[in-house]
Parts: sequence; C-alpha cells; structure tokens
Amino acid sequence: MSNAPTAIEVENVDFYYGNSKALHDISLKIPKGLVTAFIGPSGCGKSTLLRCFNRMNDLIDGTSVKSGKIKIHGVDIYSKEVDVIELRKRVGMVFQKSNPFPKSIYENIVYGLRLQGINDKKMLDEVVEKSLRGAALWDEVKDRLDDYATGLSGGQMQRLCIARAIAVEPEIILMDEPCSALDPIATMKVEELIDELKKKYTIVIVTHNMQQAGRCSDFTAFYYLGKLIEFDRTEKIFTNPSKQQTEDYITGRFG
Amino acid sequence: MQNKSNNPFLKVSTPAKRQETAFFWLFRIATYIIIAAAGYIFFDIAYKGVGVIFQLKAPFVNVPFLTEWPETLDIFKLPANQDMKMEVSQYARMTYENPKVNFVEKGTLEMVIFKSPEGVMKKVLPEQKEAFDADPISHGWSVLSERAVMQVFQLKEVSEIKIGNTLYRSLVDDNEGVPPLEHKTQVYAAGGIYPAIVGTVLLVVGSMIIALTLGVLCATYLSEYSRSGPIINFIRLSIMNLAGVPSIVFGMWGYAMFVLLFGWNVSLMAGWFTLAFMVLPIVITGSEESLRAVPQGFREGSLALGASKWQTIYKNVLPYALPGILTSSIMGIARIAGETAAIMFTASFVVRDELPWQVKHAGEFFFNGVMALPYHIFVVSARVPQNVYTEKSSMARHSSSWSSF
Repeated sequence: MSNAPTAIEVENVDFYYGNSKALHDISLKIPKGLVTAFIGPSGCGKSTLLRCFNRMNDLIDGTSVKSGKIKIHGVDIYSKEVDVIELRKRVGMVFQKSNPFPKSIYENIVYGLRLQGINDKKMLDEVVEKSLRGAALWDEVKDRLDDYATGLSGGQMQRLCIARAIAVEPEIILMDEPCSALDPIATMKVEELIDELKKKYTIVIVTHNMQQAGRCSDFTAFYYLGKLIEFDRTEKIFTNPSKQQTEDYITGRFG
Repeated sequence: MQNKSNNPFLKVSTPAKRQETAFFWLFRIATYIIIAAAGYIFFDIAYKGVGVIFQLKAPFVNVPFLTEWPETLDIFKLPANQDMKMEVSQYARMTYENPKVNFVEKGTLEMVIFKSPEGVMKKVLPEQKEAFDADPISHGWSVLSERAVMQVFQLKEVSEIKIGNTLYRSLVDDNEGVPPLEHKTQVYAAGGIYPAIVGTVLLVVGSMIIALTLGVLCATYLSEYSRSGPIINFIRLSIMNLAGVPSIVFGMWGYAMFVLLFGWNVSLMAGWFTLAFMVLPIVITGSEESLRAVPQGFREGSLALGASKWQTIYKNVLPYALPGILTSSIMGIARIAGETAAIMFTASFVVRDELPWQVKHAGEFFFNGVMALPYHIFVVSARVPQNVYTEKSSMARHSSSWSSF
C-alpha cells in the first residue's frame, strides 16, 4: 500500500468504555512522515483510536484496550515497561477545543520544556521563536509574547496549541478535529501549517470535514460504528472507494 | 371599535390564573419576611454595636475596648440612691485623682488612707486631711479614699491589695467599723476584649492552616487521583456526613482525644485540631468543587505535553482552583470564629492574665488555653448570673439581686 516506513501500527485492537465496545478489531499501519486522516460519522471511534496513540484514554476511568496491540516505531505502547510520560513527549496532541493555558503566550510554548527542567532563558527564547514560526504564528504575536494566550483569536489559539505541541519536538502529532471551531480562513492557515509540518512530523488528523481530509491528507481511514471500513490512499478513497459504505458516506448519502 | 366579546385576548379569571396569583404572592411574602428578619438582625447588631466599638471623638474607635483586658465591674449603691459603676481600679483611681469630688465631698467618708513612698499606709484623721489634699502627689503619696480600700479589702477578704503599681495594706484589723456599701459585681462587664480577640485570631489561623493543608491534599486525591468506585463514594459520603455532626460532639470528641488521650490539656493545639476537623468537610467539599471546575482541557493539554500527574496538578490545576478553594475556606473561617461548643472543653480559658506568647518556653504557647470571643460571650452572658443581661433570670431565683452581697 505504501513504501513509507510505518510510524504507528495498530493490530486487532478492541477498545472498551466500561462494558461497551467502542472499537472492533481495528488494524492499520500509519505511515511515517505523511498525513493520515480519520473520517467517519460522530461516535464511530476515530477520536477514541486517536487518543489511544498517546494513551490519553488512561484519564477516563474504566477504559481499556482489551486485546490487540498498538505499536509506535515497533514498541507496544500498552506494555507495562512503557513510561506514559515519555510516550506523550514523543506523541504530541492538538485538541478539538483549543486549550491554551491561562498564562502568557511565551509561557504556553515553554510549558513542556519547563517540565523537562529546561530553564535557560536563551534556549527557551529560541524554542519559542522556532515553534511559533513553525506554527506560522510568529509574525502575528512576536510583539506581544507576554500577553495572555486566552486573548488570541480562535485560529491563533489553535495554532498556538500546535506551536506548544511542536515545542517539545515530538515525532508524531495527533490532531483531534483541530479546525472544527475555526472559520474557513483560520482553517486554511492550519491546513497550510499541516502541509508544512509533515516534512518533519508524522501527522494523524481526525476530521469531520471531508474536503479537509481530501485536501491535506495522504492517507484516509474511514470508520463506521467502531469498525475500520476502509483505509487507503486519499485519492483512492475519494475517487474510487472499494466499499459501498465509504462511497455512500463520501458522497453524502448518509452520515 | 372593538366589542368586548370579540376580543380573544380579554382577561378572564380562571382557577389556574387565581392559583398563579396566589403562589406568586406566597413566594413574594415569604421572601419579604426573610428580608425583614435579616434586616432587623443586622440593624439591631449595628445599632447597638456601633456605640460600643465606635465613638464620636477621635480616634473614633473605642481603643480601650479593643486593647484592654476584661475587668470586673463593681457597682456601688450610693446613699444618694444613684448607682455608681466603675472598675475596681478605676474606683480607686478616681478617688485618688479627684479627692474633692469623691464621696468625701458628699460627706459619707471621714478618713483618707495615704500610702507613703516607703510603702507604709497611714490613716489620716479628718483634720490632717486638708494638708494632704492640697498637694498629695508631689509628696509621692498615693491617696485612696479609705472607704474604697476598705471595700476592696472586705470584698476580697484580704489585707493586701495591688491596684495599678501600688500595693495597699490594710491597717485596720477588722473592717467592722466601716459599714459596707451596697454592692454587686458584673463579671467582665468593663474593660476590653483584647485577649479574646487575640485568642480567636490564633485559633482561626492555626486551625485553618491545619484544615487547608489536610483538606486540599484530601480533595486533590479524591478529585484527581482516585478512581471512582464504591470505596471512594463511601469516603466522600462520610466526609459529607461529618459536616452534619453538631459542634458539641466535636467538642466532646476533641476533649476525649486531644485533651485526655493525647494529654495536651486544654490548649491551643487541642483547639486547633478539634476546629480543623470540624471545618474539614467544608474545605474538602469546596476544594473538590473548585478542582472540578478547572477545565479538563488544562489537564489534558498539560499531560499531552509530557507532564506527570503531579506536575499537571501543581502547575496547571491548583493555581486555577485556588481562588475557589480560598472562597470555600472563608466559610470555614466564619464557622470556626463563632464556635463556642467545640472550644469550650478543648481550648478556651475563662480568663488568662498574659497573652499566649508571653511564655517562658515555646512549648507553653501551644499547650496553654486561650481566651476566645465566642466563649467570652458565653461566660459573660450565661455562666455568671450576676450580669445585667441575665439579671432577670437571677432575680427569679433570688428574692433580690442585691441579696447576693
């Protein structure tokens, strides 16, 4: 299917919220250095799977991966030796609702670095500039780095969250509907940013916007009712899907 | 022109509408009753209290009331049938400073006692009195009306008494020669409430430090770390129930636990811990609520950047929960500051002559009781019956309020 090496390998994963099964026997290989989009109707499990990749679901009581394995760069991230903190440093996440901390823009960016004990002002300054440039936000905020991050516009806040995620230099960035609350122009900026970021990072993006998946992803996975229906190159999914359900969803016949 | 019967929006009285009006007025009247009651309470407190704490002369605050020790008020019934109220020491001072306007002037006293710098007390006959009256202070003599001193000696049944810095000795072997003034005592009706203020502040500060430390730790565990389950629910329920326990029960428990079992005696420490456990439910419930009010996004965002749980809580949850935690603790302060029953057996003294920190060893600071405002009110108003406020109830028990003399 792809020549790119695999970043995330999902093998026969069943996932439960308490007793209800949310993911049914999911298997897919997410290629490294490319953008993979997850699409599907609400409640189909795409966000759940995404949150499995950095074990964010651990925060919710009663959730578990009952069978199957998720490997990132060949390592099973649900094995007992895995330090979840190290995992999350390598697998960054941008959330649906932008969640800048109520601190200054500067402090938001360096939050992850301060956690690692890096307090060298010069180094932090460099990282802030690099991350903000990386998130295409530098020109807009360079003169007000000490302003509260919550005073930014919605699109700026989301890009700030992306900048915050790339400041700790992860290998994979997970994006959970990053543009769902943004207007088309802000969305366009984030999409341009995704194009830019994929040169360095593996990106997995959950989206409800099929045009967005078509525009900015290399691979697309379609989920329905907790099952992976189809996973293929984006052009193929959108032009010549092999499953009827996929075609129905993409053409808007249901969902 | 519109015909009445043609108007579809015409007001018609139906049972449902009458019920609506009735309930509206029921709610409204209930609210106004409460407002009236609350208004009266605050007005009454302000009206009567303002006169005690504030005054019209500079510095506009009744400083002695806030800075002096409580003193017992002696009321002497004078022949002119006018009660004269003064503190024991004031009584002596008055006759010393104004020998001309004391009872001597009124012809009820014939002799004056002087105290020489050598500490000897002398009886001065009326014919000698005038000479001393002219200039007693420059001679370095303290002067007291004999009657006042006699009264004091008689009341206290001692032959020595210290008033201010002056020691008086009775030269009269028996006081029978002086007919007693009619007299009654009002415990702590004079002076100020300084040591009680100090004690209450100490109790509140100490117990809030203990309660906040324990409470915030517990609330953090409950809301951030623990997984929900029957055990945690049971713990939570127990904490909530603790809030419903009457404070006298806490007082008895603190007495049994800290005063007797731990052997701390009636002390600041025992009071601190008793009060701390009493407000813990308020602090824990309030803290948990404010922790829950911190958006989940702050936690997730922080964890997704590779923060540990504790780093997340410390850097990104507690700072935003802090205002709410402090608000809830103010409720706790209000409860502690007014608590009588819980400190009655554990921390409060009726009277203590020195301030809590005027001790030889630091340990005594922690293991000594203090005076406290609510308990002081209790002592003044209820436990000692010879008080204007409880006079009526004591009148019922005794034929006359003067008969106790």
